[in-house]
Formats: sequence, structure tokens, C-alpha cells
Amino acid sequence: MKIVVCVKQVPDSTEVKINPETNTLVREGVASILNPFDLYAIEEALRIKEKLGGTVTVISMGPPQAAEQLRETIGMGVDDAVLLSDRAFAGSDTLATSYALSKGIEKIGGVQLILCGKQAIDGDTAQVGPEIAEKLGIPHITYVKKIDEISETEMTAERMNEDGFERIKLPIPALVTVVKEINEPRMPSLKGMMRAKKAVIPAWTAADIGADPAKSGLNGSPTWVKTIFVPEMKCQGEIFQGTPEEQVKSLVDAIVCRKIVQ
Amino acid sequence: MAIKVLNDKCRGCKLCVSSCPFGIIEIIDNKAVIKDGCTMCGTCVKTCKFKAIEITRDVKITIDKSLYKGVWIFAEQRNGKLSNVAFELLGEGRRLADELKEPLVAVLLGSKIEAEAKRLVAFDADKVLVADAPELEHFLEDSYAQVLSDLIRKENPNIVLIGATAIGRSLGPKVAARLETGLTADCTGLAVDVAEKNLLQTRPAFGGNLMATILCPNHRPQMATVRPKVFKPLAEDAKRSGTITKVDLSKTAWNIRAKVLEVVNEVGSSVNLEEANIIVSGGRGLGDPKNFELIKELANVLGGAVGASRAAVDAGWMPYAHQVGQTGKTVGPKIYFACGIHGAIQHLAGMSSSDIIIAINKNPEAPIFKVATFGIVGDVLEIVPLLTKEFKKALNG
Repeated sequence: MKIVVCVKQVPDSTEVKINPETNTLVREGVASILNPFDLYAIEEALRIKEKLGGTVTVISMGPPQAAEQLRETIGMGVDDAVLLSDRAFAGSDTLATSYALSKGIEKIGGVQLILCGKQAIDGDTAQVGPEIAEKLGIPHITYVKKIDEISETEMTAERMNEDGFERIKLPIPALVTVVKEINEPRMPSLKGMMRAKKAVIPAWTAADIGADPAKSGLNGSPTWVKTIFVPEMKCQGEIFQGTPEEQVKSLVDAIVCRKIVQ
Repeated sequence: MAIKVLNDKCRGCKLCVSSCPFGIIEIIDNKAVIKDGCTMCGTCVKTCKFKAIEITRDVKITIDKSLYKGVWIFAEQRNGKLSNVAFELLGEGRRLADELKEPLVAVLLGSKIEAEAKRLVAFDADKVLVADAPELEHFLEDSYAQVLSDLIRKENPNIVLIGATAIGRSLGPKVAARLETGLTADCTGLAVDVAEKNLLQTRPAFGGNLMATILCPNHRPQMATVRPKVFKPLAEDAKRSGTITKVDLSKTAWNIRAKVLEVVNEVGSSVNLEEANIIVSGGRGLGDPKNFELIKELANVLGGAVGASRAAVDAGWMPYAHQVGQTGKTVGPKIYFACGIHGAIQHLAGMSSSDIIIAINKNPEAPIFKVATFGIVGDVLEIVPLLTKEFKKALNG
């Protein structure tokens, strides 16, 4: 099975804070990490490879320093990694990103299964996976929490929704996005880290993957950012005073008089 | 196509450095230098007093925007029953359609689903397009994307809104990629620029730390997924009138590759957070998983559901189905109790549209108090049992 996992380098958003004076993101000391959801996709790819044989390739689009996160994935056991890096990709929205990644995947060639994390924690769009599938003309399913069975030609998988889950049968080639319930990602091994250190990670340009400049980066992005702003918090509400008993009494009175609870 | 600093105009004043939401502009040799990672958001362009930064796009406008008319909403149904988000989209869609003076159209896909179309009219759709076929009984990306994109190509709507649900977030990008148009994910605010007929789509980014307003100025339709529970539906009114049109599917090229083998409903009524009027949520401030019993008792007295912060779920104190927040569920109850929840921005993103928010936390500086309607600063283990007792008394008396 020839498997590709799409990953993204993101700021560790749990660490991202807003500087209230300048209203800007405080990025100092905020590390770049591999998007946490992508780790589950990598783990699942490695497990499928252990079962069926084959290779796992990681692909990402980003600035040259994103190669560091790709190196980490080699430490986990993926066979090789490719970075799509070109100024021509700057300003890509999800459509242009999925276009570039689909061209990269075509260049890798012969890919049977593509795995993605359910979404990236910086943009939270969850759009790039399904858009890649559409560009490549293959079927996809999202929010997969379990792959029950998989062969070279088809799989059955459980995908989550608001009510529970559905078991879906899907022919391969296909693209699947996974949620964190699917597995427990492994730590990099010592052997893997040694290999990662020496690994050469090719950086493919737009020309290398034959990307049409009209479909890349800003030019290929139908959506434009008009403004970015810091959300306003609702003004502070009422904080009750007094002993715990008095505070609780005030709160219960305030709620009961609204007749919401009966 | 690029962002460029015009060195002859740049004075090295550093205004752009502090304006950049991403902190990637540096002054080198008294000139601004934009490093890698630029999202071309344009904030610096607007800030610069010397017009020294410009973003240029090679835009070939090939579409005639006047040919695209109508605000469409995808009327999601599961197991033959319309989802609430369909009515929420109609409520918000009504406002946008009126401003644009365009019709509001609901698109309903399913099998033996026609009866539901009347309800969409009652929630103020001017027109309902009903695609009814056995192939559409269960949601599958291939069949739904085929029908929806065929309809869009035929009718040329200006705007297409889809709920940001498990279905919508899978269907939306497939259709947008097929039509080569823009799709903005998970919007929490919508407005229109009437002159340009553009949709202003506002959404959280960076886990809710920032909000971005997105435009899709040169492509049609303008597509967005919209977060459930953010917009309010209009009151249902059976006297409203609208047309119901059955879509001709005789020429549809069904190419359905996936197959639904089994549908498993796991969510008991106790966990149905999205529908609950009252939610009592606990966080790590509870100190111990067994203290969730206190939360459950309060929820029982109020007839509410139990929620949890990500910290409490990650610690294994509650199952994921209870998680409220950016990576869990988005809820909008009438009353939301946050007990021992610090209020990380990711949690706020999932519950801040609640009507009344009650925060109980021993740390008066906790961000949860910033969104709270009412707050009690104190030990959650002391306050919650007192609340249970007082509510019991008040409701029985």
C-alpha cells in the first residue's frame, strides 16, 4: 500500500496569546509544532503499512523551516517526506493549498491511500483533505475514528457524526481524515531519530510539481482576508458578593425570576 | 502576485511591525522586511502611512456577477428529520436575502423527504428545491455533491450556506473544489456588501484568538459553512407561502463509490448537548473525577445536560461526547454553568453564544468571568452543592 499523509506546521495555539496593548498575536516563545491531529494520521498510516506492507510518505506545504517538523515524522517511522516550498504558494487559501498538495501527490505517483488529520489547529477549516480528494478524483470520508478492515482495494471504516457513527465501505484509492479517537500515536524511536537526522527532505517548487501559477498562492485563492481583528469579549457581568450561601442565594434568585428553569 | 515593500517609500517607522497580527515584519537597515509566513491579510498595508507596502494580485475577472442571484441554504436532514441548523440558516439567510433583494432558497436532499419541504417554507424559505431519490437516503459525499453542484451550475446562486456539521464540513469542500470557488469554514458572523453583492464572512482563527473577515470577491457562488447554534431561527409560521419545486434527477450521473453499511446512534438524551436548554459543565477545577457527581446532581435538578472542558476530557474524567469547545461541541443553551472551568479561548469558542453564562471559579482573574453574565468567586466544591440545594428548594417551593 502506497500511503501519503498530509501534514501542517502550526503555531502551538494553546500557547498563543493576544497582547492586550497592541492587539496582536504574541508569537515570541511560541513553538512551531506538527499539527496534533496529523500525528493520528501518521500513526494510522504506519499501522496500515505494518499490516499490508508498502511505504508511508509525508507531504506538507510551507516555508523551508517546516522541514523540521517533517524530520520528526521520519523519527516516528515514515519512509520519506516531501516539502512543497515556494514563494508562489504564499497566501494560499484552502483551494490553492489543496491544488498544490494534489499536484505534489500526483508527482509522488501511484498513491493508493491519503490520510489527513481532521483539521489544523490554526485555521480549523477541515477543508483541505476533502478538496484534495476532489482534485484527485477519488472518494473521501471525514472524521474517521476506526478503520475496521483494509485491503489493497477497499476498506471499512467508522466515521463520527453528531449522533454516533456510521460504518462506511470505501474503495481504494481514497482519502480519509481521522480524529484523535482512532489511535495513540507512537513516540519517535531512537533509531528513527538517528535516521531523521540524516534524512534528506526534498523541497519541491511550483515548477517541480507543474503547478499552474494561476491556480497557486494568492492568484489561485478565491477567498481573500479582508480584515483580522481581536474578538471583543462581552463586558463583565455581575459578580456576587457575600458569604458563599449569600452568593448562591443571589444567583438562584436571579435565575429563578427569569422562569427558565421549572 | 505578491506582497512588496516599496523601499523608496518606506521610512522604517515600524508602524507595520506592531500592526502585523503574525509578528513577521522586521526592520532591517531601516526598511521593513516581510518574512516567511505572511498570510497576505493586508493589515500592514492599511496601517502604513507612506503607502510603502502593497499587495498585488493578477486578477482576471471572468464572471459577470449580475448573473448570480439567490441566497441558498443547504437544508440538512438526518434520518429524514431536518436539523436545527437548517432553520438557523434560514433565519440568517432571510436577513441577507432581504438586504440583497434576492430570493431565499432552501435545498433539500433526501429520500421520501417531500413532507419536510413545507416546514422550510414555514421557516421563511421563498422557494424549496427538493431532490428526492433513493440514492439520497443516507448522506454520502458522492451523491450529495453531485446533486448540489449540478443544481448550483444550473441555477447560479450568489450565496450558498451550509451548516458546519459533520455532513456540511465534508460536503462543502467537495462541492467548492468541484466548482473551483471559495469556501469559508465555520462562520460565526455574516454580512453583505450590497453594492458588490459580496458576502462578508467572519470566522474565528487561531483557536478563537483572532477573528478574520473573509471575502470571495471574484468567484461565484460564495460558499460558507456556518457554525450551528450561532444564528437564531425565525419563529415557525405555517401561514408563510413559498414554492416547492421537485428537482428532475433523471439525468443525474450517479457515481457513488462509498456505501453506508450501518448507522449507529450512540448519543443518549443525557449527552445531547446541542439541543439542551441548560448545560452544567465541569473543568479541572473539580480536582477529581468523582466530583463530576456534583455536576451531575445539579444538572439533574435543573433538567440539564452535563458538559466538560477539554482539560477534564483529556484527563479522562468524562467521555469526549461531553466536550464543549473548539475541538468539541458548540452549544448555545439558555443557561450555561461553567464550574471550575478556567475559560481558555478554545472553550469560550464553544459556548459563548449561550444566553446566560454562570461562572464559578476560585480565581477571580480566570477568563471565564469575562464572558459570564453572573459569577461567583469561590470553591466550586462548596458552591455547586449549595446551588443544587438552593435550586431544589426554589423549584419545589
